[in-house]
Amino acid sequence: MSDLVLSKVNKHYGDFHAVKNINLTIESGGFTVLVGPSGCGKSTLLRSIAGLEQITDGDVSMGEASIKDLAPRDRNLAMVFQSYALYPFLSVYENIAFGLRARKVPAAEIATKVEEAGELLGLTDYFERKPRELSGGQRQRVAIGRAIVRDAELFLFDEPLSNLDAKLRDEMREELKKLHQRLGKTFVYVTHDQIEAMTLADQIVLLRDGEIVQNGPPMELFNQPKNLFVASFLGSPSMNLIEVSVPNDKNEMVLPDGQVLEIDQSRHDKLSKNGGKIIWGIRPEHFEISGEQQGTLSCEIDVFQPTGSQMLVSFRLKDTHVLAELPTHSVDNSQTKMRLVPDMSRTHFFSADTGDRID
Amino acid sequence: MSAAGSKNNTRKRLALGIICAVVFFFPIYWLAAISVKTPDEIFAYPPVWLPKSIDLNNYYVLFRDGDVWTVFNSLVTAGISTVIAMVLGTFAAYSIARYKTGGPNFSMWIISQRMVPTICIAFPVFLLFVSLKLVDTYIGLILLYTAFNLPYVIWMMRGYIQDVPIELEQSAYIDGLGRFQVILKVVFPMVRAGLFATAVFTFIFAWNDFLFALILTRSDVTTYPVQVTGYFGSQSTFWGKIGAMSMLGMLPMFFVVATMQKYIVRGMSMGAVKG
Repeated sequence: MSDLVLSKVNKHYGDFHAVKNINLTIESGGFTVLVGPSGCGKSTLLRSIAGLEQITDGDVSMGEASIKDLAPRDRNLAMVFQSYALYPFLSVYENIAFGLRARKVPAAEIATKVEEAGELLGLTDYFERKPRELSGGQRQRVAIGRAIVRDAELFLFDEPLSNLDAKLRDEMREELKKLHQRLGKTFVYVTHDQIEAMTLADQIVLLRDGEIVQNGPPMELFNQPKNLFVASFLGSPSMNLIEVSVPNDKNEMVLPDGQVLEIDQSRHDKLSKNGGKIIWGIRPEHFEISGEQQGTLSCEIDVFQPTGSQMLVSFRLKDTHVLAELPTHSVDNSQTKMRLVPDMSRTHFFSADTGDRID
Repeated sequence: MSAAGSKNNTRKRLALGIICAVVFFFPIYWLAAISVKTPDEIFAYPPVWLPKSIDLNNYYVLFRDGDVWTVFNSLVTAGISTVIAMVLGTFAAYSIARYKTGGPNFSMWIISQRMVPTICIAFPVFLLFVSLKLVDTYIGLILLYTAFNLPYVIWMMRGYIQDVPIELEQSAYIDGLGRFQVILKVVFPMVRAGLFATAVFTFIFAWNDFLFALILTRSDVTTYPVQVTGYFGSQSTFWGKIGAMSMLGMLPMFFVVATMQKYIVRGMSMGAVKG
């Protein structure tokens, strides 16, 4: 198996530049997730890898060999589509066997492989049924079965779980991860759901407007977001982004409502060097309740939203809406005021002008 | 609603159903009855509603004189032209649907060719066929019916093919099929009902054509609608032969529609929902 390498890949549709100069190495055997909002070019990129879209320029190679001019069938890959793309006129068995028959695999081998895939995905009882007689989750399994029997080097998934309900999505996500561990093949997966990206990926590629914004292991993107877009995209509930000012003469930052929080000297120096307005980023789970006056925020509560083990607490710092996620047992939801302490070691700062991270 | 009301309603519906059936089936029954009546019964007044005996002489005469060959001629011209129009038209439709061949309005332009009143082009077509020596030949009629039916086939099949999700084809490409195989193994099965429905209507158009068959045939490939009109004479009209020939001409259509009814209904409803 070899790495998949995209070099300076561009895709134009007329005047529209859908994919812009993408350079990316997808490691062999890894689980890479292309994620981003609608229209960011992630599906186009996946389809370019599959050969369903002809790239305008650049190169796609598998190891040393360029595959950009190969037909989809010659790229040794399998793909699962968002709509499942099952043939309604064929039974489940025949759907799974379709790719093998197309490649003229001997009948005995087809039977063995389809049986194996059926066992693995729990489909053997449904072999004789037509796709319309299956539930959404079962159809998705058939689509995955059709891909895995192929023994391809590369597996592509185009938002495969987005048509499923929430519970089934969670189950299938787990199954996909297990399947990847079991097969040990390269998976490239497209989604707009950041939770799917975080939970499944070895490598996340976050795209916006056809460009890669940041790329790396999920926790690296989560803990070290390169800019405001990455910070706000990953994490649920998303990171609070609060505009603050940093006076030159004091080691502190001033929040929109005038409250002041201390910051250490080295951080202050970097922030004040940046000049102007700063965006302070803090994730909701990085607040704690405190009895102290010093180093804490006084918050007037807007609303409590219990989610079970956690309580989402909304409050405002002047016009800025802020969310804190606290353990439910620690919150008295009859309160109207609360003092919260932010974990300053896990906060992020961004330039308000460029949106880039300030380290 | 009370049980009595419901029963009453059922009776009304039944009565309405019977009336409709009589209105629609009576002409066919009358034709069938004429074909097996004796000449006396045909011209009797008051009319003989039910023939006293089945007289197959009208049919015998059609077979004896070779008139029945005109049904065969119709079968050949309508059948072969339907097959050719379906094959060419479906591939053309695929090209238009998937590759936007000819631009966005090409299919509209194609179907507009069917909107020309046929009588307007009858004379030029006749002259063309005379110069090409295609008058009174199978090839001539087959070519003409194919040309006439192609726009319809392209228009209909383009709609059915557009309804096939493109992912099914893309998935098949990735699975290892070539373009032609994708059409045969994925697109055709997906549009099977549409294919049958379109083929049936194409066949019916060719089968029922009278104008061009009248102009472009003499004796060798006369089709059955032209033959039937030959029984209306200035001195007398051969009602028995008209009835028998009409029944023979109706039989192929009856079998086609009866055996393909499932596909015709599904194909037409596929067309109905495609918007």
